[in-house]
Amino acid sequence: MRNYIIKRIFLFFPVVIGVITLVFLIIHLIPGDPVELMLGENAQISDKEKLRTDLGLNKPIIDQYLAFMLNALKGDLGRSIHSQKPVFTTILERFPATLELTLCAILLAVIISLPLGIIAAYRQYSIFDNGSMFLSLLGISMPNFWLGPLLIILFSIMLGWLPVAGRGSISHIILPSITLGTALSSILSRMTRSSMIDSLKEEYVTTARAKGLSENIVVIKHALSNAMIPIITIVGLQSGALLSGAIITETIFSWPGIGRLTIQAINTRDYPLLQGCILIISLSYVVVNLITDILYAYFDPRIKYE
Amino acid sequence: MNRIYDLRFTIYDLKSIIISKTRVFVGGSIIIFLLLTAIFAPLIAPYNPKEQNLYEGLNTPDYKHPLGQDRLGRDILSRVIYGSRISLLVGILVVGISSTIGVTIGSISGYIGGKADEIIMRCCDIVLAFPGILLAIAIMSVLGPSLNNVIIALCAMGWVSYTRLIRAQILSLREREFVVAVDSLGGSSSRIILRHLLPNVISPLIVEATFGMAGTIIAEAGLSFLGLGVQPPNPSWGSMLNEGRQFLLIAPHLTIFPGLAIMVTVLGFNFLGDGIRDLMDVKR
Repeated sequence: MRNYIIKRIFLFFPVVIGVITLVFLIIHLIPGDPVELMLGENAQISDKEKLRTDLGLNKPIIDQYLAFMLNALKGDLGRSIHSQKPVFTTILERFPATLELTLCAILLAVIISLPLGIIAAYRQYSIFDNGSMFLSLLGISMPNFWLGPLLIILFSIMLGWLPVAGRGSISHIILPSITLGTALSSILSRMTRSSMIDSLKEEYVTTARAKGLSENIVVIKHALSNAMIPIITIVGLQSGALLSGAIITETIFSWPGIGRLTIQAINTRDYPLLQGCILIISLSYVVVNLITDILYAYFDPRIKYE
Repeated sequence: MNRIYDLRFTIYDLKSIIISKTRVFVGGSIIIFLLLTAIFAPLIAPYNPKEQNLYEGLNTPDYKHPLGQDRLGRDILSRVIYGSRISLLVGILVVGISSTIGVTIGSISGYIGGKADEIIMRCCDIVLAFPGILLAIAIMSVLGPSLNNVIIALCAMGWVSYTRLIRAQILSLREREFVVAVDSLGGSSSRIILRHLLPNVISPLIVEATFGMAGTIIAEAGLSFLGLGVQPPNPSWGSMLNEGRQFLLIAPHLTIFPGLAIMVTVLGFNFLGDGIRDLMDVKR
């Protein structure tokens, strides 16, 4: 297992280099002049030249790439064109909000999906099973950019129970968490169900029943504990993916996180900031995936890794 | 005791097959309905989707406009009907192009292996390092919003899942007797891939493409919702939701109907994909 973990960490670095390279290429190999895109066609030539020099765009592309790579690895992502603040600092200020939202969404998804998946598996093909699986399919099919506004219409406008937007109190985080966590909850309940169905068919479950143990102990202690490994993996992998969903959710609820910052950077054509946001979101995703893979290897002794 | 268990599993299998076939039927019916709507949109839509009537802006649903009117007085039903064209067009083109790229690269990667496989897989890892539609957002932010660019951006992230799927299938198939036999008889690599390997990966490819359609439609609508996709006055479901967001308080119908159209479409593809996958599940 130690070899697997070392190999997995070893593979992490080429991906990081690849991500930095791809982000650089997307921003620098676009058709047209990036300075013109940022300042507009009618900007003064002197302003364009100043920005070009500030961003190092007058240097050969290889030099720009090497400088970008070295600076990115050191945590220097340049300065925002509009606020003139370091991009890394700006992102760090926004990151706790995104983390808070993501964690709440995961918590909500786990609380809803685990019991749903377990009961659905235990009563396979019953009305409960079919109903809950239909609901989860509905959850997967419902885009968060529709669910969010629907929740606002119902809970904020019609009932007046929860705030429409912003961050500050527990009531502010409820609607964004539901919006972000619904798809994960749906995926998790389906995963829990299928994992539990497989687990309930195993011989150790039959043995536990033959020993005369109560059904609760058989299901929770014997079946669920073994079904948890793939469930934890999905939680890990999907948690990283929530960072992308946060872009839309934060935009809907004006949540001051990194997702909203990304859209603000696009709208103001602040390419250094946009570059930084994309880089940080994807690298966070890669790190979460790495941790998930290592935990998976640690918790599942049955699997032999080459 | 065994007989009771056998009977129980037979009943389970039967139930499972009925549920899967129902899903295929329901999903297929929704998709056929949508395809017909998209094809015959000019005949079905009661109004021109771009026709403005500023005096009737934000009108709620009535008998003349069953889904109401938007800010500029355009008929929402007509726009939802025409919106199906954009969603399905993007879905079909993106899935078609991505799967063609994925099948080609995945076959090379899986069959030839070695350095080519290593390079292709590392490229896949890099693209997969961008969660959800982040890569598409990044590409759209520099290419600028347009239908063509949406297709380019979604294909740039869509090919990976097909590549990995085909590679995995070919890796398991290439050691099978029928492939080894053709190889020993002197069959060329292209012949083995095209005539013997690819026909065997069609089933999982269909399932992946069906789910791919659902994902692509949501992604297109998501980009349009963020203002990075299809631009007004073209009726895209995502951009309609974006417009509706500003009027949640006074005109929720602007948000409800385009979103419902997206959900039903995606649900149709997910139903179909689920059903086909379960019917093809050899484990049963």
